[in-house]
Amino acid sequence: MRFKMILASSLSKKIYMSIAGLVWSAFLLVHLLGNLQLLNPDRDPFNKYSYFLTHQTGEFIYLAEFLLAFFFITHFLYAIWVQIGNWRARPHGYSMVRWAKNTSKRSLGSVTMIYTGALVLIFLVLHLIHFKYGEVVYYTPKGYTHQIRDMYFTVMEFFKNPVNVFFYVAVMVLLGFHLSHGAWSAFQSLGLSGKRFTPFIYTIGVLFAIVVAVGFVFLPLWIYFTRGGAL
Amino acid sequence: MEKKKLTIHLKVWRQKDADSKGKFVNYTVNDVNPDMSFLEMLDVLNEELIKKDEEPIEFDNDCREGICGMCGSVINGTAHGPQSGMTTCDVRMRMFKDGETIVVEPFRARAFPVIKDLAVDRSALDRIMSKGGYTSVRTGGVPEALSVPVPKPNADEAMDMAACIGCGACVAACPNASAALFVGAKVSHLALLPQGRPEAARRVERMVAQMDEEGFGACSNHGECEAVCPKEISITAIGRMRREYLKAMFK
Ligand code: HEM
Ligand code: SF4
Ligand code: FES
Repeated sequence: MRFKMILASSLSKKIYMSIAGLVWSAFLLVHLLGNLQLLNPDRDPFNKYSYFLTHQTGEFIYLAEFLLAFFFITHFLYAIWVQIGNWRARPHGYSMVRWAKNTSKRSLGSVTMIYTGALVLIFLVLHLIHFKYGEVVYYTPKGYTHQIRDMYFTVMEFFKNPVNVFFYVAVMVLLGFHLSHGAWSAFQSLGLSGKRFTPFIYTIGVLFAIVVAVGFVFLPLWIYFTRGGAL
Repeated sequence: MEKKKLTIHLKVWRQKDADSKGKFVNYTVNDVNPDMSFLEMLDVLNEELIKKDEEPIEFDNDCREGICGMCGSVINGTAHGPQSGMTTCDVRMRMFKDGETIVVEPFRARAFPVIKDLAVDRSALDRIMSKGGYTSVRTGGVPEALSVPVPKPNADEAMDMAACIGCGACVAACPNASAALFVGAKVSHLALLPQGRPEAARRVERMVAQMDEEGFGACSNHGECEAVCPKEISITAIGRMRREYLKAMFK
């Protein structure tokens, strides 16, 4: 196959988007599990985990960050490219659209992918500013002889502000919509489909979206209502 | 017993030719027999229009029994009308209520320019077919039956895929005007049979390239196509096309 086609055919674009989307979906799950340590009233485990990732994995962290950035950028650049092509494919829209019910998988999530995606993109930039490049406070955890960053503190402070809580909750709900269609769609885009497999992966995809969205919605709310914001 | 006749209000897209702007025009058809087909109702309206010395509404049709793939309009917002698994010519007037307003639009896609009113040019699908909707065979005597074994499940599935009549409803219903279901059906039909294997990689590559060239959108897996397809072709056809494409990528 010609190189141009491998890079830019309508099928190829979706293949790369789906790989990148799946990598990010997996990352989200790991990220959520790691963040559950915020529920622990003891700040040490979360901070040690954070310290481990950033200081004790050697070069690995740079590779991981590079790959995440690479896949994120791939995903949204292809997303914009695909979406513009899709808009151009129907210059004159219908005056009346009634979704076919039957077996259709069209949903609120599937028709808003570009909008939920765009908000996630803005969110990601802000998210890095809030935490990774946010306020840095050092402390010495039990059993350590040196200071490490108190990420736990930064997070708790951040979610004392109800505006921040609202923003995070809203975007995580939208992310849930993105994944409610995206997760199964990625498998279909890779040709992983079949009479029995498709209904199965569709259900798994929706469940995955619910778990991720509920998890990330729960954390800020929990912090706000138990750690001072609402008190 | 005589069935109650219907009064039907229509909002029909009228467009002189590809370069004109086009607009909706309202009509009322009285005394519609509920057992009439939708196209027969349009025939009745057209006769009235001709008597009044007006231009009749142009629409495509041929067999009027759901097998040729010529007909096709978007009726009340859904390609081939409100019920699944039907062509436009299968639609019956009893599916509508007395006094209902029915909106009738052509299939809309950049790759399907309007010829006139409801008739659109779907030759883009033919050009995709010309890129690989065939197998090359040896000429000469008829080969011995059963000399090429075909597993029964493959034969069945290839038959389901071959049921595609090329009507273009999948394109019309797709939010992206993607032809993925049509191309998926054509690619799968031949890829499932041993006779189609030798050219499988070349076929999918050339047909996908032509599909993109014609200006169809990309498939976002909404699945509207499967829901409106008169032959109920499953989107697993699109999955199979992508598997064939992935194989071809590494060739
Ligand atoms: C955490 C971040 C994200 C994750 C986990 C994610 C996940 C996914 C997945 C799994 C798909 C399905 C891919 C396919 O069917 O091939 C998808 C589709 C899509 N994503 Fe994302 N995405 C993310 C961020 C974004 C961003 C930042 C944008 C940018 C604007 C975006 C725009 C889209 C669009 C437009 C589609 C649909 C493409 C189509 O089929 O038409 N996503 N996403
Ligand atoms: S796949 Fe179905 S809807 Fe599409 S052209 Fe073929 S018969 Fe028509
Ligand atoms: S006119 Fe032949 S399928 Fe409708």
